[in-house]
Amino acid sequence: MSTPQETISTPQSVGGFLKDNLRDFGMLISLVVIVIFFQIATDGVLLKPLNVTNIVLQNSYIVIMALGMLMVIVTGHIDLSVGSVAGFIGGFAGLLMVQWGLNFAVVIVISLAVGGLIGAIQGYFVAYFKIPSFIVTLAGMLVFRGLMIAILGSQAIGPFPPIFQKLSSGYVVELISSTGGLYITSFLLGLVLAVILIVQNFASRKRRISHGVESEPFGFFVAKNLLILAGVGYIAFLISSHRGMPNVLIIMAVLIAAYSFLTTRTVIGRQIYAVGGNARAAELSGIKTTRLVFLTFVNMGVLAALGGLVVAARLNSATPKAGTGFELDVIAACFIGGASAYGGVGKVTGAVIGAFLMGVMNNGMSILGIGIDYQQVIKGLVLLGAVCVDVYNQRR
Amino acid sequence: MLDPVPLAEKPPILEMRAISKSFGAVKALSDVSFAVQEGEIHALVGENGAGKSTLMKVLSGVYPHGSYEGSIFFGGEERHFRDINDSEKLGIIIIHQELALIPLMSIAENIFLTNPPASRGVIDRSERHKRTQALLAKVGLTEQPDTLITNIGVGKQQLVEIAKALSKDVRLLILDEPTASLNETDSAALLELLKEFRRNGITSIMISHKLNEISEVADRITVLRDGRTVGTLDCHAGPVDEDEIVRRMVDRDLESRYPKRDPKIGDVIFEVENWSAYHPMHSDRQVVKNVSLKVRAGEVVGISGLMGAGRTEFAMSLFGRSWGRHVTGTAKLHGKELDLSDVHKAIRAGLAYVTEDRKQLGLILPEDIRKNVSLAHLGGVSSRGVIDDIAEMKVAQEFRTRMRIRSHNVYQETGKLSGGNQQKVVLSKWLFTDPDVLILDEPTRGIDVGAKYEIYTIINELADAGKAVIVISSEMPELIGICDRIVVMHEGAFVGEVAGEEATQENIMRAIMRRKGRE
Repeated sequence: MSTPQETISTPQSVGGFLKDNLRDFGMLISLVVIVIFFQIATDGVLLKPLNVTNIVLQNSYIVIMALGMLMVIVTGHIDLSVGSVAGFIGGFAGLLMVQWGLNFAVVIVISLAVGGLIGAIQGYFVAYFKIPSFIVTLAGMLVFRGLMIAILGSQAIGPFPPIFQKLSSGYVVELISSTGGLYITSFLLGLVLAVILIVQNFASRKRRISHGVESEPFGFFVAKNLLILAGVGYIAFLISSHRGMPNVLIIMAVLIAAYSFLTTRTVIGRQIYAVGGNARAAELSGIKTTRLVFLTFVNMGVLAALGGLVVAARLNSATPKAGTGFELDVIAACFIGGASAYGGVGKVTGAVIGAFLMGVMNNGMSILGIGIDYQQVIKGLVLLGAVCVDVYNQRR
Repeated sequence: MLDPVPLAEKPPILEMRAISKSFGAVKALSDVSFAVQEGEIHALVGENGAGKSTLMKVLSGVYPHGSYEGSIFFGGEERHFRDINDSEKLGIIIIHQELALIPLMSIAENIFLTNPPASRGVIDRSERHKRTQALLAKVGLTEQPDTLITNIGVGKQQLVEIAKALSKDVRLLILDEPTASLNETDSAALLELLKEFRRNGITSIMISHKLNEISEVADRITVLRDGRTVGTLDCHAGPVDEDEIVRRMVDRDLESRYPKRDPKIGDVIFEVENWSAYHPMHSDRQVVKNVSLKVRAGEVVGISGLMGAGRTEFAMSLFGRSWGRHVTGTAKLHGKELDLSDVHKAIRAGLAYVTEDRKQLGLILPEDIRKNVSLAHLGGVSSRGVIDDIAEMKVAQEFRTRMRIRSHNVYQETGKLSGGNQQKVVLSKWLFTDPDVLILDEPTRGIDVGAKYEIYTIINELADAGKAVIVISSEMPELIGICDRIVVMHEGAFVGEVAGEEATQENIMRAIMRRKGRE
């Protein structure tokens, strides 16, 4: 017992590797299972090109905000104000753009800055004043919901300039004339994305092998990459057969890539996880924990603002109801995606998959004509179930 | 003091026969037999991971009947404990190393947490108060029953745990490292208490790494190694040789418990002058009082003192003001004054502080060895803020080999390592920052003899590499064994200094006591 077998990371059997990484793949498998289930239950409506595009558009802002929320949750905090902040920024942008007639680009920059400022204020109380984030952001939730109604009165502001609407409802400009209903540029863009992912995987595997630290079996690696190619290619194909690739999907893809990189590969990402894992140990290792917590809230504010702009652009109006309940979807996405409520654990890919899992369920259930009442019941149960499975897996 | 009746003639109160327990492929216990006589103090010793805790968990029902092989006899009958309640009902009470008291509740509330005196569901407070007072008197505490746990020291908390056990009609008391976090005085008091229990017929099992304490109180000693019983020594058959116990525990000869070294001491490189710090909550309480200290290159300086003398507070306030407020004083390295205003700067200035509390302050337990090792010096494995995972993995592997960290690989969670291996990870983290001044606070607390020896060896290597090493320890033999010089701290001030070769427990204690007498 005192000298366990020494093993270096050598290629394992496929089964052993899967078992070790069950947690990562489990999420993806659940998403696929749910997609297949609704695809059958809805008689193929779920994966119709129009509907796939819809799912992407409907969930884009949840995904964007989940990226920020994940980092807040990883540091061991929570932000309940994101829905209100998103709504407030939508109203604020409407005021500036529609009533004051400011240029859309200027408004976007100001809005993101205001979002960051809101995050900074809340982050200041959480990080430097040591007030529990639950309380600070609960207050923020009320304050910004109230401020939004104060700005808008009880009516909606709109319509937005067409160029601003393109943020959400626009599509990538087609450079090649489309034939047979397929938007070639969009499709190629999707394929390029898949190829980039695969080339990166190969490069990383090669590097790991050359240092003798690869543990993924080759067969598994090949299968994984074929699945990536097939999956991304298929989704790109579906989306390109409708109206092409939505702009917001590009924004989303760039953000997902950036935050994946930030959380897994950078010093600051590593430090954020350390703060969540054990704040005092992190502090005593020279990490500036308070500043990091503060920055995650600033970041959350900016992303909440971006989410608010996307929603406003999509609805083409700023309404007092916008953003209501978003915080719940965003937080649920992170927890379904495997983030720990105690901090220190959670992945960007998990949160994204979690967001789409909720999104597909929303969409599928709506197609099936399930009322909003039972939709909520089912979503609540799925959230509880997902976290239970996760906790169970960790205990083993 | 000793019972004149030979113990072995009575039937044992507890007998565990041929116990085996596996976790997956790992066999934690194989065919362990263990018998305890009524009314004795039985010590259970072994290296970390030898299976002591597992055996006690089998006994107390944490691992229920059916999850292990073998049989347990208690009070003459075979027992099948399903959970810890079953064993508690029979008076088998286990006190864990990590105390299970609720800090913001009173002593009385903690003692009667699960079974308060009550009528029809309403707690009878005065009865509870009375009973608590009686129990506290038995363990020699004069605290009021309504004192909050957070307001008493860790030594007294340990006594409250024992009082809690007494409230449950204990027949067999199991103590897991009861003195690990206690100072000499508190430890001595606790051991006296165990002896008194023995006089009153309570049987105790004591798990400990402190051999001097064991040979003082134990009637018999059972040694475990690699999940097997190596043997049981009878302390009344003749004097017990501590080296003999160590030999049986580790199955190899440790020439001495402290590795030899020829100190090569150079010039003074680290100087602290007039260092003071105040308590973070009670800003009028000066906890560190104008302390000055000089450490030479290649020198190991020990700081001795009672619990609460301000040693940890001194070290932490020095290390980037991570403790206290109104921290004043100057620190110089190679004659240059250092900016130690935060931890980050302290690390950059060349300081490293290995905490006394590796679980709370030293490690990110859910993270693996690799990420813990690089944490304090991420700059060393990254460029422009991007981590080179291969370089990081290699650093971790290098330290794993060098420090002999026992793990499957560097991707193992640190929370799942044994105490000694966790300590080696913490040390690796600080060695990777390549410090000039290394402060180690209780570096061998709660770890076994073999791992201790390895850590002493590392300390020697660091000193030989010309670093200034400061060791804080409550174990005087340890300081005497490894230090070139020992300073004595008492109530926030340095009150004496003893050169390594002249140091004995007596003259260190004398330095403390002399000071005490004057007050």
